[in-house]
Amino acid sequence: MSKRIEVRDLNVYYSKFRAVEGVSLTIEPRSITAFIGPSGCGKSTFLRTLNRMHEVIPGARVEGEVLIDGDDLYGPGVDPVLVRRQVGMVFQRPNPFPTMSIKENVLAGVKLNNRRISKSDADDLVEKSLRGANLWNEVKDRLDRPGSGLSGGQQQRLCIARAIAVSPDILLMDEPCSALDPISTLAIEDLMEELKKEYTIVIVTHNMQQASRVSDKTAFFNIAGTGQPGKLIEYDDTNTIFTQPNVQATEDYVSGRFG
Amino acid sequence: MTTQTARPKPVIRLGDRVFARSTLIAGSLILVALAAVAIFLIVEAIPALGADPKELKGSPSSFWTYVGPLAFGTVWAAFLALLIAVPLATGIALFISHYAPRRLAQGLAYVIDLLAAVPSVVFGLWGIKVLAPAVQPVYAWLTDNLGWFPLFAGPVSGTGRTILTVAIVLAVMILPIITAMAREVFLQTPKLHEEAALALGATRWEMVRMAVIPFGRSGLVSASILGLGRALGETMAVAMVLSPSTVISFVLLQSENPNTIASNIALNFPEAHGTGVNVLIATGLILFVITFAVNFIARAIVARRKEFSGAN
Repeated sequence: MSKRIEVRDLNVYYSKFRAVEGVSLTIEPRSITAFIGPSGCGKSTFLRTLNRMHEVIPGARVEGEVLIDGDDLYGPGVDPVLVRRQVGMVFQRPNPFPTMSIKENVLAGVKLNNRRISKSDADDLVEKSLRGANLWNEVKDRLDRPGSGLSGGQQQRLCIARAIAVSPDILLMDEPCSALDPISTLAIEDLMEELKKEYTIVIVTHNMQQASRVSDKTAFFNIAGTGQPGKLIEYDDTNTIFTQPNVQATEDYVSGRFG
Repeated sequence: MTTQTARPKPVIRLGDRVFARSTLIAGSLILVALAAVAIFLIVEAIPALGADPKELKGSPSSFWTYVGPLAFGTVWAAFLALLIAVPLATGIALFISHYAPRRLAQGLAYVIDLLAAVPSVVFGLWGIKVLAPAVQPVYAWLTDNLGWFPLFAGPVSGTGRTILTVAIVLAVMILPIITAMAREVFLQTPKLHEEAALALGATRWEMVRMAVIPFGRSGLVSASILGLGRALGETMAVAMVLSPSTVISFVLLQSENPNTIASNIALNFPEAHGTGVNVLIATGLILFVITFAVNFIARAIVARRKEFSGAN
């Protein structure tokens, strides 16, 4: 399952402070979209509004619409808990639950959605998810060991397995490789290429090479200065953004002149 | 002389040396104190173990039949207190750490800490004057309507000064320490893990159950053990509230209640003489052993799940 995301004139506020201003864009299903931009430009904040995770911070709110296959995430009566079950998220630092084994970690989300799952179904799902995250061969002999005993890259793939185990429509990744070494980063990037066949993937990255390697489309965010809201400057095919951007600021950023 | 080729000695500064020594002394002091108490207890208890049973109060057949009901009463009262206090403390701690608005949380935490400052003799008075009369009708109702349940068997105590009342008083006394520690460990739950749970579509309660409680489990066990230690050794409140006799009985609401070791020592020590003193000290030794064993078991429980504790 993979769904289209349409954002219409979205503003994000932290109490009175406007963090993101007037973002409109459409993200196609079965594609990878990268958000790039300097620190503090609101790209992570914007990413979090796509599964309402920004609401974890008291005082955070949005104006505007986020449509997932036409359904407004912020419509009346929409439960953020259910939104998050459809829109999975992988974080900057790998965060498997330290008190759970590898297997329990993979099943953590499933147990929330559907408490009763037979043992054989559970085993199948664990294998399928771990294979999907390219981790199965490395951990199949130690599924009952703690997830925190894995390397950073393995932990991050475990988190991806945990996210895809609930079969979401969309997968959000907030700088998923920034805490990883180059080899693990490559493993995650290969994995994204695989996952793209089934999911809409949105990734925030500080690494412009990564954006150009993995993404189909790229959105460049920027801020005019401290205390100013972040804005979407340019959104286009990755190739266009990195070779012939329309806006001067984009060219300055991707060519390394600032940021 | 080989001074030329000898390695230069590492420089040890006076401040470092003084500090290292003073921490060493502080550390050793605790061992000395513990050893001194243990030796005192053992030396003084030995005469009691071989004493003529006729010299014991209530003429039991041996020292062990004398201490048995007391040891039972101690553990039973402390266990009941823990049973009441731990869920309550966990709830309060979770409310303060994850549910209450910040203002209210701070105020509540302060009030809980105040509870720890109430002297145990005051709790004893409160137990006799307020709690016992207040719960007596409830006890009567329980024995009338739920008397078939073995713990609530009648006849009901007329004063309300039963082991359950004692357990309630003890629970109130150990509540602050357990709450304070539980609150600290719950607050330390990494944001990362809470967000991981929320991003999977956990509700607030599911997030608490998935990330916060497992993370705080070992801290919660430690907190409970500290509370249990206090409940096991609590003297004054028990001595004041309980109407004791020498029985081993699980029933909660009757007037025949097992006494606790600490309370028994406090009640009988002023009139004890000769071997009687040794007997009381020997019961103190038993209390020491029980408390030690409880701590030991708790540490073993925490250590068994160490790999999953999140400390690695």
